[in-house]
Amino acid sequence: MEGSNAMTPEATPLFTIENLHAGIEGKEILRGLDLTVNRGEIHALMGPNGSGKSTLAYVIAGHPNYEVYEGRILYKGENILEMTPDERAKLGLFLAFQYPTAIPGVTVANFLRLAVNSVRKARYGEDKALSPREFRRLMREKLAMLRMDESFATRYLNEGFSGGEKKRAEILQMALLEPEFAILDETDSGLDIDALRTVADGVNALFNPNMAMLIITHYQRVLSYIKPHFVHVMLDGRIVASGGPELAEELEAKGYDWLKAEFAEAAS
Amino acid sequence: MATEAELELQRLGTEYKYGFRDPEQYVFKTRKGLDREVVEQISWIKGEPDWMREFRLKALEYFQRRPLPTWGADLSELNFDDIYYYVKPTEKQGRSWDEVPEYIKQTFERLGIPEAERKFLAGVGAQYESEVVYHSLREDLERQGVIFVDMDTAVREYPDLVKQYFGTIIPPNDNKFAALNSAVWSGGSFVYVPEGVRVEIPLQAYFRINAENMGQFERTLIIVEPGGYVHYVEGCTAPIYSTASLHSAVVEIIVKEGARCRYTTIQNWSKNVYNLVTKRAAAYRDATMEWVDGNLGSKVTMKYPAVWLMEPGARGEVLSVAFASDGQHQDAGGKMVHVAPYTSSQIISKSISKGTGRSSYRGLVKVHRGAHHVRANVVCDALLLDEQSRTDTYPYMEIEEEQVSIGHEATVSKVAEEQLFYLQSRGLSEAEAMSMIVNGFIEPITKELPLEYAVELNRLIQLEMEGSVG
Repeated sequence: MEGSNAMTPEATPLFTIENLHAGIEGKEILRGLDLTVNRGEIHALMGPNGSGKSTLAYVIAGHPNYEVYEGRILYKGENILEMTPDERAKLGLFLAFQYPTAIPGVTVANFLRLAVNSVRKARYGEDKALSPREFRRLMREKLAMLRMDESFATRYLNEGFSGGEKKRAEILQMALLEPEFAILDETDSGLDIDALRTVADGVNALFNPNMAMLIITHYQRVLSYIKPHFVHVMLDGRIVASGGPELAEELEAKGYDWLKAEFAEAAS
Repeated sequence: MATEAELELQRLGTEYKYGFRDPEQYVFKTRKGLDREVVEQISWIKGEPDWMREFRLKALEYFQRRPLPTWGADLSELNFDDIYYYVKPTEKQGRSWDEVPEYIKQTFERLGIPEAERKFLAGVGAQYESEVVYHSLREDLERQGVIFVDMDTAVREYPDLVKQYFGTIIPPNDNKFAALNSAVWSGGSFVYVPEGVRVEIPLQAYFRINAENMGQFERTLIIVEPGGYVHYVEGCTAPIYSTASLHSAVVEIIVKEGARCRYTTIQNWSKNVYNLVTKRAAAYRDATMEWVDGNLGSKVTMKYPAVWLMEPGARGEVLSVAFASDGQHQDAGGKMVHVAPYTSSQIISKSISKGTGRSSYRGLVKVHRGAHHVRANVVCDALLLDEQSRTDTYPYMEIEEEQVSIGHEATVSKVAEEQLFYLQSRGLSEAEAMSMIVNGFIEPITKELPLEYAVELNRLIQLEMEGSVG
């Protein structure tokens, strides 16, 4: 990859969160969160369980159960909070789920062809849909990249998939949907070291200076395979610390407790 | 209160006045309502032999004596006096395209049904190239000794065969609607497959569209001699627009030793129709009978394809899909009657309910005394698309023998918000996501359909979803 664009200022950042307050059933989980991500950047969002990381992922993707009380999420300068999940996907947003849902009776190939073509038509124009043949070729290529067997495409989506297969299937979708902003929610959890390496290689191969990624993770482990430019620590619905890759190493060495203590002190 | 359908028929009636000038066509339809005179008139128009006239008249008595069934769907709005029981096919074609409701036309449009076919499906005119297809097919079949004609023709041309089997599987007194059909039947198919003959292409009622195959009271009889095979396909997924509010068909099938028959139906009657159908097959030694049954349209459907397993080794299967949309009640399922030992059966039912739609699974597995070593399995899965929709299950089991293996599973599920969100987050609209989930749910059955039917069924479900969402 040619040198990162991280330091090149852009007129409009690709993705910005401003003072986001959000939650579920009236219970506030995100309490004033700010984040800016530019093209060409990989950001890691770390934090202990219950800090609100997955809530943030769902709110960005537009899960209907989550409520936004205050703040904005700007994607290419446009507030996406009023958009449906599919409208967001059609702009180039992608969330790799921590727990992907099974859709019985629907094959990976049939699902992905419809998804890829609706996104392609929206982003590149009506005539940019892939023919069944072009689609098959592209899918074969991406399956090979993720070291997945071709028969995978004929299985029912996430049904009976092992933990590792589910995570690979998410990255396969990302590979085919070509997002500009991808959120990977705990993509490393439940993967053994070989599977983690395959998935990480896939993610690295997909990354390019025109896109950005937000890697949500509990552990530092994945960050030795996918190198972030920035690391943020989330506690209690807010980003309490931001820094370079060294922050992740510090967390790995010291755990979250020192930050919690510091944060509690600052708050009191 | 006259329904739209009735007004439609009244218009047809007035238009016909002009037709009276043609002496050859002066009897075009019977008057409304049903009595001996009407039945005799039907038989006379068709020029039937006495035995068939007697059969009809006897059936009429049964029909009049039997009360309306109250155990299933609500039939209380059915008015038997307000129905035409026979309309000559040429008259059916007299309706004009302008009279076909807009929603039907739009559906044709969106399904991409060719112009000529649309008119046929809407009951308007029928000059259509498939007549040619049918003729060449028929010649091909004739060489093998296979008979495939409409039922009226069969009574004329194959009286002995018809007389031997007609009404033997479903006697006129079987139930009120079988009695009604027996009294006033018209059209339907007659299929005869000689011993050892395998009919390689599916026979489609569709091929003989110039014949009277989409009547209100079709009567179909299929006989498969030992070792024979046939796949019969009835209906199509495009909405069949009918001005008549009652459709009551009877299908009888005889599958002899070592033979196999598959009967596939996809029905999508317009939403004013009561669709009350009796379907039954008798399967003999080592024979296989399979019903694949899809019900989408109609106001009320009551349909439980049955297999009587008469001799050891007989196998029966029902695959049923029902989609109940707003205002519809699909009461569907299957019946397996194990008369002989060492017989096996399977019923798989998938129903989908949307809005005020209601789907019911109603099924029977009966094992007679002496029918030991029977295996029977029933799986019924219901999918609810929203809070309002409803489903019920009535799985009757009458088991009179000890040494049997009977399985039954029933599930009710709702389309999960998580599934919708997942698919939407990949760029599918809510309607696309919903129809993908529904099509996945019925996939075990659609994969058994001829490809073009499976594709149309999936598209049709997508159209239903687009109507309901957003």
